[in-house]
Amino acid sequence: MSLLLRYREAILALIIALMVLGISLYAPPFGTLSNGVGVLNDTAFLFMMALAQMIVILTRGIDLSVAANLALTGMLTGMFNMVFPDLPALIYVALALVVGGGLGLINGSLIAFLRIPPIVVTLGTLAIFRGTIVVVDGGSQVNTSDMSSTFAGFPKLELFGLSSVFWIAAIVAVLAWFFLGQTRSGRGLYAVGGNPVAARYCGISLPFQQMLAYGISGAVAGMSGYLWVARYGVAYVEIASGYELTVIAACVIGGVSIGGGVGTVAGTLLGALFIGVIVNALPVMQVSPFWQMAISGAVILAAVIINARAEGRALKLILPEARRAAAQAKR
Amino acid sequence: MSDPSIQATASRYTVADRAPRKVSTVLLRWESILVMMLAAVIIGNTLKSPYFLDPFNLADATYNFSEKAIMALIMALLILVREIDLSVAAIVALSSLAIGYMGVAGYGPFALIVTGLAVGLLCGAFNGFLVTRSGVPSIVITIGTMSLYRGIAQVSLGDQALTAYPQRYLDLGQSYLLDWPPTPLSFFLFLVLAVCFAVFLHKTAAGRQLFAIGANPVAARFSGIRVDRIRLILFTISGLLAGLGAVLLTARIGVMRPNIALGWELDIITMVILGGVAISGGVGTIGGVVLAVFVLGLATFGLALMNVPGIVINVLLGLLLIISIAAPIIIRGQSGRR
Repeated sequence: MSLLLRYREAILALIIALMVLGISLYAPPFGTLSNGVGVLNDTAFLFMMALAQMIVILTRGIDLSVAANLALTGMLTGMFNMVFPDLPALIYVALALVVGGGLGLINGSLIAFLRIPPIVVTLGTLAIFRGTIVVVDGGSQVNTSDMSSTFAGFPKLELFGLSSVFWIAAIVAVLAWFFLGQTRSGRGLYAVGGNPVAARYCGISLPFQQMLAYGISGAVAGMSGYLWVARYGVAYVEIASGYELTVIAACVIGGVSIGGGVGTVAGTLLGALFIGVIVNALPVMQVSPFWQMAISGAVILAAVIINARAEGRALKLILPEARRAAAQAKR
Repeated sequence: MSDPSIQATASRYTVADRAPRKVSTVLLRWESILVMMLAAVIIGNTLKSPYFLDPFNLADATYNFSEKAIMALIMALLILVREIDLSVAAIVALSSLAIGYMGVAGYGPFALIVTGLAVGLLCGAFNGFLVTRSGVPSIVITIGTMSLYRGIAQVSLGDQALTAYPQRYLDLGQSYLLDWPPTPLSFFLFLVLAVCFAVFLHKTAAGRQLFAIGANPVAARFSGIRVDRIRLILFTISGLLAGLGAVLLTARIGVMRPNIALGWELDIITMVILGGVAISGGVGTIGGVVLAVFVLGLATFGLALMNVPGIVINVLLGLLLIISIAAPIIIRGQSGRR
């Protein structure tokens, strides 16, 4: 069992590999390289959003507002593009990072300085961000015809067959790996999540770490917002509705502990890939897309329960009598 | 000890049963703030619209929040013991699906109601079983079962809808239980259940145990409280009341689609949090939750009367949630205390 725990990422990778193999045998088109590229391109948004969510969950927080942030920032950059078309695409990326990061810092300051529980704050801002879309645009939508070529073309650029969205997700992953593993403030995120009191005594500032986590989460959500709107060619109030739960599910499958302090970049990426493979396999296997939700629910449950079993938490009993009884039962 | 009110009435060896009542503590209670908010909502709406205080309009307004309010009562108890059930809206969908199929099969209203309640009960028991057996936080488990339950509804119905219900069943959700004052069944059930929950939580020993669990589950277990059994029962009741919500909602709208009650879990949690139940557990009252239900329900109704679009109402309610939680913290200056 401890082996399972130590090599959780390897085992998850193995499961995904077996899954891909099985699906390819059943439906050969799934095993082709071009389909693999398609899966990676499709899952690119989930990769980066799940990494950002992991950073928040590491601090014992949760950010339910990411999908609403994505939709609002996407709409705002779309409207900005209508006023200032034909700017270089990187300007739109930068704008989305700033707007999304700003929205994230609103969450962060309510959590860090007023110490309102993260789930309450982001539940509120989820409603506020999404509603603000209607307030700013009056209920209309931004369509492909409203977008300039630099704006809409950027996410469709390709390198080695992989879209620019995927490469951005790859950059985000490398940055996240470096930040979480090699920098002081990155390690601080694990510290405040693992043991807030000990972190405080080590001189790690909880408010700073929280501002950082929610700022990053917001910035990544905002950037995804621009890319999403430009890639799918439409911005309206409902885009990515409910996506926050898919993002959290990817983290949970990837072994990020909702109790904070535990999680790896590789695990989270694999968790996102797992969902991506399922989502893309269903149409190939000619299974109704309506199955997707039920399958991902069952997978989440299986993943977390297997994780919990591996950690032996299920056998932790409080009372000595109960422990003795359990030991007897085992014998 | 320096408090004159104690010294005046008792010797220094007397132990007071409770802290002396002061006007400021009563006024700063969360429930008092909610009463003021409720008064502001009622007065504001009455001044804005002549149609607000009409009993029939108000009765119809209760339709929009009664089902959620019933589910908020048990959610309050779950949050009180540091748990959460994000799958309630998905349970509504699954129960409603079962009711819909029973309706198509031609069963009578009684069978439909029993089916809805039974499916809800089973879903809730499954949640409780997983939470107590696996040791995984309930927020994770119920995110999983939420996808699972709603996923099953989607798989079996796709983009179809179920619309065949006996008229006597539809009457449950579409007519008044009492003609005067006009009272829909769902609102009546909410009031009855609210009284039951309040008596249970605040007047019985079992209710006190919930506070003990919420304050410190380990200490509660050492005091002989069967923490896991209580958790299991609470999740099961949560499923049962979601089933009741499904019975009422399906009868009211007369159609079942897989996206029924989508996003309700967040509305319900908003009611509970605005009602003053601490998300970290151990603090909360049913009275507060009931007041929050009325504040949110009447504010929504009033704004709708003023032709404010639904999504803008959501913005205002989100702001209300954050401001109402943040304001007392700022006023009491707790942010400086670390």
